[in-house]
Amino acid sequence: VSGLAPLHAQEVVAPSAVSFTDMGGIETSLTGTPGDVAAGAELMNKGSGNCIACHKVTALSDLPFHGEIGPPLDGVATRWDEAQLRGIVANAKKTFPGTIMPAFYHTGPYVRPGDAFTGDAAKGDVAPLLSAQDVENVVAYLMTLDTYPE
Amino acid sequence: MARGFRSGGAAALALVLAAPLAGADEVIDDELVINGEIPIVTQAPAPEHVEAFSVIRSGWTFRSPETQAMEMDDFDNPAILGVEAARDDFDASLGANGESCASCHESPEDLAGVRAVYPKWDDAAGEVQTIEMQVNECVTERMGAEAWPYDASRMVNMSALMSFVSRGEIVNVAIDGPAAETWQQGKDMYYTRYGQLELSCANCHEDNYDNMIRADHLSQGMVNGFPTYRLKNTKLNSVHNRFKGCIRDTMAQTFSPGSPEFVALELYVASRGNGLSVEGPAVRN
Ligand code: HEC
Ligand code: HEC
Ligand code: HEC
Repeated sequence: VSGLAPLHAQEVVAPSAVSFTDMGGIETSLTGTPGDVAAGAELMNKGSGNCIACHKVTALSDLPFHGEIGPPLDGVATRWDEAQLRGIVANAKKTFPGTIMPAFYHTGPYVRPGDAFTGDAAKGDVAPLLSAQDVENVVAYLMTLDTYPE
Repeated sequence: MARGFRSGGAAALALVLAAPLAGADEVIDDELVINGEIPIVTQAPAPEHVEAFSVIRSGWTFRSPETQAMEMDDFDNPAILGVEAARDDFDASLGANGESCASCHESPEDLAGVRAVYPKWDDAAGEVQTIEMQVNECVTERMGAEAWPYDASRMVNMSALMSFVSRGEIVNVAIDGPAAETWQQGKDMYYTRYGQLELSCANCHEDNYDNMIRADHLSQGMVNGFPTYRLKNTKLNSVHNRFKGCIRDTMAQTFSPGSPEFVALELYVASRGNGLSVEGPAVRN
């Protein structure tokens, strides 16, 4: 039966099924669908991504208030390859043990998981902060950060 | 060389004694004198039990000059309205016994210095009590009235009055003896990474104070300024309300104001500020 599935329709890799390299990278796409740079840029600013809460990104300097908790992401694509960036976005703790950076493609276990930002207990299973395609989109955006603006 | 060493050493020692904070890389403008007459210690050597810091700093030192200025004169501090409301309450008789706080405590100023040592172990109750719990003990057991809801404005105002009459006193919360167990519980909470964002108090207020997190300038998360008037919600906020907000922001299920967990956390966080002045009711973002 599986032979009937079209070749391009790769199964989305579930958060619990992600395989990390020893370095904390993820070699293959989580979805098989190439990331969308513009959609990735959106997530840097808003929603469950909000990466610039902690990171400065010069290419996004039209947006206000970039944080300084993590390193600036300028030139990040020259420091890490795509697999490593995918791993860092999905679960940075595999690359940087104990880091403050949240794991975006992960479902716990968590201590007192909440229902988003309501302060109430989570209702049932917690969804990952970013979907598999969101992760691919953010990685595609990070891959464009290949220079160091002065 | 030997001569130079001797006098140089003495001079260096004198410098250290005169300015115990010299050498720390945080020389900041820390002059807060309220109404030109109440000096506030906003920066002090860290207590021994706070290993991560050499210097502790009040949240005031992280705020913008405009916000800082609002605290320098009571005419500019909107929190004082709450203090005035609590003064009226202090003199009002309530409950079955027809007594007011003033029947037993004469004036709020009678309770000066109390805030600086709270939360505090209470022998009779056999637990650590916050000032709100102590007030409620008087309200219910001594005045025969209904307990005030922990986080309602009436209680927050009274808490603000208790801070007001202690302003300038040095925070000195006991962490040993019968309070030790509760203190340890609070400390464990401080380092627990809560919620889906897996963030502990320490991740933000110990590892990253003075950094910007989006638009917010992170402080050391001290409670010496509480209750605080926040420009964001234009009202007085209790310590536990602030804790609740910070835990909610980690995408976690919070604890409730007045819960044993928040009492323990308050004791621990208050003890991290031992050496700063009581500064509340303070003004914050
Ligand atoms: C709460 C803070 C925080 C948030 C939110 C956050 N990060 Fe990070 N990030 C960090 C820190 C801190 C590091 C440095 C790793 C370390 O040493 O802990 C880091 C490291 C990185 C790195 C490696 C940078 C380098 O040059 O080595 C990348 C890439 C990255 N983050 C991307 C992201 C993306 C994309 C998002 C949003 C989807 C994000 N981060 C959200 C804190 C954060
Ligand atoms: C009938 C007498 C009585 C009334 C009325 C009363 N108190 Fe008390 N209060 C006491 C006594 C006695 C203590 C000491 C109890 C103890 O140490 O546990 C006390 C302790 C306190 C303390 C702690 C003092 C310390 O040194 O730790 C505070 C704060 C306080 N009261 C505030 C209030 C307020 C506010 C009101 C009115 C809402 C009030 N009290 C009404 C008798 C009273
Ligand atoms: C995601 C980051 C973050 C975490 C985690 C966090 N806080 Fe905060 N906290 C903030 C921000 C931002 C503010 C407002 C700016 C400031 O005063 O630091 C704040 C303010 C405070 C204040 C008010 C300080 C003042 O001077 O008014 C206290 C107290 C506090 N936090 C305690 C805690 C405690 C206790 C925890 C853990 C239960 C905690 N915070 C966890 C971000 C955080």
